[in-house]
Order: sequence, then C-alpha cells, then structure tokens
Amino acid sequence: MINSYLKYTDKGIFCIPGKFYLDPWKPVDRAIISHGHADHARPGMKHYLCHHFTTPVIQHRISSDISVVSKAYGEVTDIHGVKVSLHPAGHLIGSSQIRLEYKGEVAVFSGDYKVAPDGLSAPFEPVQCHTFITESTFGLPIYRWEPQEVLFNKIKNWVSQNQAKGYTSIFLGYSLGKAQRIMKLVEGLGQVYVHTAIENVNKAIESAGFPLPDRQIMNIENKTDMEGKIVVAPPALFGSKMIKKIPHGRTAMCSGWMQVRGSRRWRAVDAGFAVSDHADWDGLLGAIKATEASKVFVTHGYQATLAKYLNEKGYEAYELLTGYGEKDEAGVDTENEENKPV
Amino acid sequence: MKHFSQLISTVEMTNKTNAKIDALAHYFDTAPDTDKLHLITLFTGKRRRRPVRTNLMREWCLEITGYPEWLFQECYSTVGDLGETIALILPQPTHRLDRSLSTWMSEIKSLESMEEEKVESYVKDAWMGLEPQERFIFNKLIGGSFRIGISKKTLVNGLAKHTGRQPAQLMHSLMGQWSPENISFQELVSGEHINYDDSRPYPFCLAYPIDKSVEDLGDADDWQAEYKWDGIRGQVVRRNEKTFIWSRGEELVTPQFPEIIEAFQGVKDDVVIDGEILPLKDGNVLLFNDLQKRLNRKNVTKKLLTEVPVEFYIYDCLEWNGIDIREKPLSFRRQKLQGLVASIQSPVVHMPKLIAFTKWDELHPVRENARSVNSEGLMLKERNSPYHTGRKKGDWWKWKVDPLTIDAVMIYAQRGHGRRSGHYTDYTLAVRDGDNLVTIAKAYSGLTDKEITEVSRFVRQNAIEKFGPVRTVKPELVFEIAFEGIALSRRHKSGVALRFPRIKRWRKDKSAADIDTLESVKQLIYHG
Ligand SMILES: [Zn+2]
Repeated sequence: MINSYLKYTDKGIFCIPGKFYLDPWKPVDRAIISHGHADHARPGMKHYLCHHFTTPVIQHRISSDISVVSKAYGEVTDIHGVKVSLHPAGHLIGSSQIRLEYKGEVAVFSGDYKVAPDGLSAPFEPVQCHTFITESTFGLPIYRWEPQEVLFNKIKNWVSQNQAKGYTSIFLGYSLGKAQRIMKLVEGLGQVYVHTAIENVNKAIESAGFPLPDRQIMNIENKTDMEGKIVVAPPALFGSKMIKKIPHGRTAMCSGWMQVRGSRRWRAVDAGFAVSDHADWDGLLGAIKATEASKVFVTHGYQATLAKYLNEKGYEAYELLTGYGEKDEAGVDTENEENKPV
Repeated sequence: MKHFSQLISTVEMTNKTNAKIDALAHYFDTAPDTDKLHLITLFTGKRRRRPVRTNLMREWCLEITGYPEWLFQECYSTVGDLGETIALILPQPTHRLDRSLSTWMSEIKSLESMEEEKVESYVKDAWMGLEPQERFIFNKLIGGSFRIGISKKTLVNGLAKHTGRQPAQLMHSLMGQWSPENISFQELVSGEHINYDDSRPYPFCLAYPIDKSVEDLGDADDWQAEYKWDGIRGQVVRRNEKTFIWSRGEELVTPQFPEIIEAFQGVKDDVVIDGEILPLKDGNVLLFNDLQKRLNRKNVTKKLLTEVPVEFYIYDCLEWNGIDIREKPLSFRRQKLQGLVASIQSPVVHMPKLIAFTKWDELHPVRENARSVNSEGLMLKERNSPYHTGRKKGDWWKWKVDPLTIDAVMIYAQRGHGRRSGHYTDYTLAVRDGDNLVTIAKAYSGLTDKEITEVSRFVRQNAIEKFGPVRTVKPELVFEIAFEGIALSRRHKSGVALRFPRIKRWRKDKSAADIDTLESVKQLIYHG
C-alpha cells in the first residue's frame, strides 16, 4: 500500500475506491494519464482520462477511436468519492501531475516533471499533499541544468557558427516534447525544417488549440533547400541515410544525458546540449520539499539513490519499481531511456 | 582558458582525426606562444608530479557540497572520471576567473611547495570561479593526465599544419630536451635544440593480409618466408653514434627501450634497421599488454626492465653506411643486415632465420604450427622487392594463422573509459566446468555501439551484485571469443591463459547451455 487507498500492483498504481490506475503499464479498464509519452500513455486501456492538450496526442499515437475524457488544469472530477484533478507538471504541453483526495487524505502522482519554465508548457505548480509519488530520471547531483537563457545562448552561438560556415544545424530531439522545445528555442534564428514524424505531433498539438512556431516539413528530395538552415529530427534518425543526405550537416543532440562527457562522446555527435524536459537534482529536491509531503515514493530513474538520500534528510521515502522509462514495443524513445549512462 | 576550453570541447566531441588536427591548428593559430608551449607540454607526457592528492580534492568537494560520501561515490561511478564528477556536483560558480592556460599551469606547478591550507583555498577559489567545463579542465591540469584522444601524432600533425613543417622533424623536436621555461615556441618548432638529420626516419613499408592462395603468388623460389611476430614494429636509426627508436605510429619511443639502445652502442656506421620489438622472458613471448606497460611509462624502471624484457627481431636494412638502400633488392639488404648482426653480438638483437622451402606445399604446415613458436603466422616477401613507402600491394604479404574461438558466457561487466565511459564494454567470460562456471578470459568488447548499448541495458537490468564499477550479471549472454594462442597457466584459476582474447561476435542464437566446457578449451592447447 502506498497510502490508505493507493495500492501498487503489477499493472500500475491502483486507486481502490476510485477503481482506476495512474499511468498503468498493462491494459486496465480505467486509466488516468499524466502525459502523452509512450511509457506513460500505453495502448489497450478501455477508458482514458487526461488533459485537453494530451488527448489529440494520444489519439494520434494510439488510435483515434479510443474512449477518452479531457480535463482542464484544476478541474475537479469526483470518481466514486475520490476527488481527481490535474495540475501543470511543466514536462511538455499538456503534462499533468495527478492529485487525488479521498477522505481528506491527499496524494500527488507527479508523472514526469520539470520545474524551470520553458516558455511552452504550463509551468510546474507545486501541489501540497501527504504522499508524493515522484519521478527521479535525473536524480543525481551531477545533473543540474543551466538556466534557459544560458542554454539558448549556447545553441544560438552554435547555429550562427554553422550559418557562418554554410553548415546545416541538425537538432535531434524526441518528437513529442523535445522537438517542440527546440523549435521554440531556435525560433527566429533561421528557417526551420522538421521531420514528418515531428510534424504529425505538431499537428496534433495545434489541433488542441496550441499554436507552435513557424516551420517547414523537410523533404529530402529538395535537400539543397535545407543547406545552411535548421533541421529538427527524431534521435532515432541519427546516423541514418536521410540525415547523411542533408548537405553540410552538423548534428546536435539535445538531452539531459548530454551533461556527462562520456554520453556526449558516445553518441559521436558534433554538439551536445543538456536540454532536458525533466527536473534536475535541485529541481527534484525543491519540488519534493514544496509539496510538504511526509511520505515520498520514488519511481523511474535513480530511485534507490534519491530514496536513500531523502531518508537521510528525514523523509519517509521508498523506491517504487514501475514500467516507466522503458521503451515500448513501438520503440518510441523518451528521454528516460535513450543515451542514459548505465 | 577560453581557447583551450573550446579546443577540448571540439576535440572530445569528434572521432575524426582530421577534425582534431584542424582544431589544434586553429588553437595554434590563435593562442599566445606561451600557451602553445604549455599545451604541448600537456599532451606530450612531459608531466609533473600531481601537486594535490585526489582524496583531498574529494574531501574538499564534500565539504563544499555537504553531500554524503556514498552519494559522491554513486556520481563518480556514473561519470567515470573524478575530475568531471567534482566539476559537475559543485554548486554554481560565485565569481568569474579568467586566466590563460600558461598562468593556470604555472600556478598549479607552484602548489607543490605550498602549505596544505593555502593549496586548499587556492583550489576551492578556482572551483568556485569557473564553469563546469573549465573546472573539469582545471582538475585535469592538477592531475596532469589529459587523456582526451589527442595522441602525440595528432598533436604533431596539428602543429605541422600550423607551422608548415615536417611532422617527423616536429616529433623529434617535441621529444628532445626542453621545458616551457627555457625555450620559445619558435625555437621549439624550428628544432634548435635537436639535430633532426640524426634522427630522421623512413616511412614504414607495410604488408597486406594475403587475399589469394599462396600458390597464386608464382614461383616459390622468388619468395622468402619468415615468422610473423606480434610485438611493436620498430625502426632503429643510428647516425653519428646516436640511436633513435621510432614506432610505426611515427612516435619516438627511444627512452622506452634502453636495452636496445645499449645493443647498438658499439655500431660505428650510420644504419637504419627495421624490425619487431618483442617482450620475451625465458624464451616465452609475453602478453602484448606487458609490452604496453613499457610504452606507457615515461620512465622505464629497473623493475619493469626485469619484468618485461624485450628483444629486437630485425628483418630489414634501410640505410647502410649513411646511404639509402631502400631501392636495392630485399636479398641485398638482408646481406647487409647479416653483417651488422654479427658485429653487434648482443643477446637482445636477433635476425631470425628465414624458413627454408622450395615448394608452397611445404609452407602450409609451417604456418599451421606457427603458434608452437609463439608466432602469429608467416610473412611472405618477394626476394627482389624494394622497401616501399607505406602500403603497396603485391610484394609483402601477411599470412596469419586463423584465430582459435570458443563460446563463453558473460559473468561480470565493467564500464569502459573515454568515449565509452558510460557503457559496459569490458566483459569477463566463463566456460562450464562441471556444474560451475569458471572465468576463462577478460575481453574488451569488439561489438558495435548499438550492441554495446543493448548489452549495457541487459547489465543494468540483470545485475546481481555491484562491486565498484563491476557488475555481476546473470550468466545469459553468450559471446564467441577469438584468441591467438592458449597455454597452461598456474596464475589463472581455470588453469589456462588465452593470448589476445577479444570478442568476435555476440551469439544471440546461443544460450548459456551451449557454451564450451573447460575440457573442450584445454583440448585446444598445442601439443607439439
Ligand atoms: Zn515523459
């Protein structure tokens, strides 16, 4: 048991009175989904509940005829006496923390989150609770992100150096989340071309009423158009023929794992920027503190390390093994898995 | 330090040697002369003693951050580098220090004679005045070891690009006696402290692996056969009674082999000799790793000299009495060599006999049994061939024995270094011995990056036990390991030692039930 009404099962975290699961990793009847990444929003659920902006994304990724109910941030739904509401997690557009209240006892499930604003997703809001279930993707003190302006300047310098030499700047980032963030970061630096996999996600996001920066779809038939410009592509395409065809391409990987030299060099890209959609070490500790929770459950990432550290800091903390952070069958990557030093 | 920090970032992000050379040339084009000298010092192994002990640095870092020791350890084991770990976990800098590379290096040098408290406040102040990447460099400067993939040869090529001078001459200049305090950059690159004419090497003539049957080489009488030795290719240049040893990588390795220098002491004529430097003890060829020790040490100690003695197997003569004879036929050059070896009379220098044969048939069994004399196969050379520059197909062939292979299961995995520091690349493999598994070899992964990522994920998910950077894993992954030889050994628990084991491929089609047994492995031992 996680608290008096939440239970850890082999399908996911189950709310006993509400009869629903939080981001289950196996098919169930009712699932509340924190965000659209493949390791959190899996196919096979009879009913989904998620944020308005997440709905078109999971419809695009899973199927357009799934049964899904959309909610706004802060909107309270009563499910068999359990008050359920979604709150901004700052991880990507539509990403939510899930707040549950039953008989006065409050639990918050963080999903994936990032505390620093990125100018795109609704900024993270701490939610007070008794029990906090937190992710720990970057739960080591070596992971501390630079402020967005500093990162932006580094990226800007890299792009303008490339432009001066006539090179094409190719950014690699996951189709959902990272790609939109890169588009936002490079907005105004030059014409942006995006891969179709990314454009499909862009369209889904825009269909929910969220406008994204100007871009064109990359067409390798007209590869010379892209020369000296900016390209955003999914990381899976790294080293592919398509990327190699782009004239004078210089590749940058954008991921929190790029913080460590070994990971940067491993990918053998031309540049690595530690742009992450997850909270860094300080972010995790700050967020946990802000909830004022006395009990903390640590999921996917460095759960053992963070739980041990929290215990030393006076929290009652436990690790929780979940199915998050692993690739799904479709091989869709999220930041949790790819590039991680092992 | 901005230029330098930029250089390091560029160099460590690329695998392309040319990009590294360009980055170095760019650095030399823009940096002040004193910084250039210090950079060369840093990358040519002219290192100084480490002025600050690592455990002190670790202690100070824990003091600043307030983190428990175990958490630091956890970070270290993920990052794989102490200097980088410290650089990353320290808080944001509180001030901004901007000093040149040479200033940093001389300051760090002066720490040697400072009291510990002063050293402590200097280091802490530097840490808090630098960005993580600069901190990392600062920590590396303290450590004196800067392994970031700039070999001496890459450095020399960058310098050659910047100065327009001959790489070999620059190599000799850099290897000569100098220190940044007593020479200017111009003097160093123009080689005022050396006499390049004495050391100038010739490009090595390289052989191709044979790609046809030997019978197709033509008349056996036109060819000579000799055993192929797996040591280090070495060119000894003896001019004006001075001796230089060049390795195939066109690096000067003179100080590493004092016994060879001594052997040539009495040679009065100017000669240049090509041969193989082999680690040999009591008639047995030692492991290549042992020879590596000789190369990596700046000063070869007496202990190392007795532990890993070397011999020089010579097989060609490029210069005789100061005259370049590379265009003369091989048979002629070997005659000269014969005369030389007779006059040297050293137990260290040998000229191995050619293998006598009149028909190609006779050579097959010799090659197949090459392991029995610790050789890895045969070299076939056309008797009339000149000493070519570089690789030229047709006159010299390598005819190696096929490697031996066995299937073994991975039982431990360890993280790699450098580019692969985040991944498990070193595997300990075992074969079956009754109901037990017994370690048979430790092998560095010859797998693709993609496979390594996959294996690393397996290790992460199937680690039974952690011991520092080592993970004990479920014995499930089967690899085919290839090796050049096998011998009984009392030092190894299995009772056998493999020579040059490496992973040939991942046998995804096999399970732990299909691996070799110790018995089947022992049957591979040569019974001659
Ligand atoms: Zn996510």
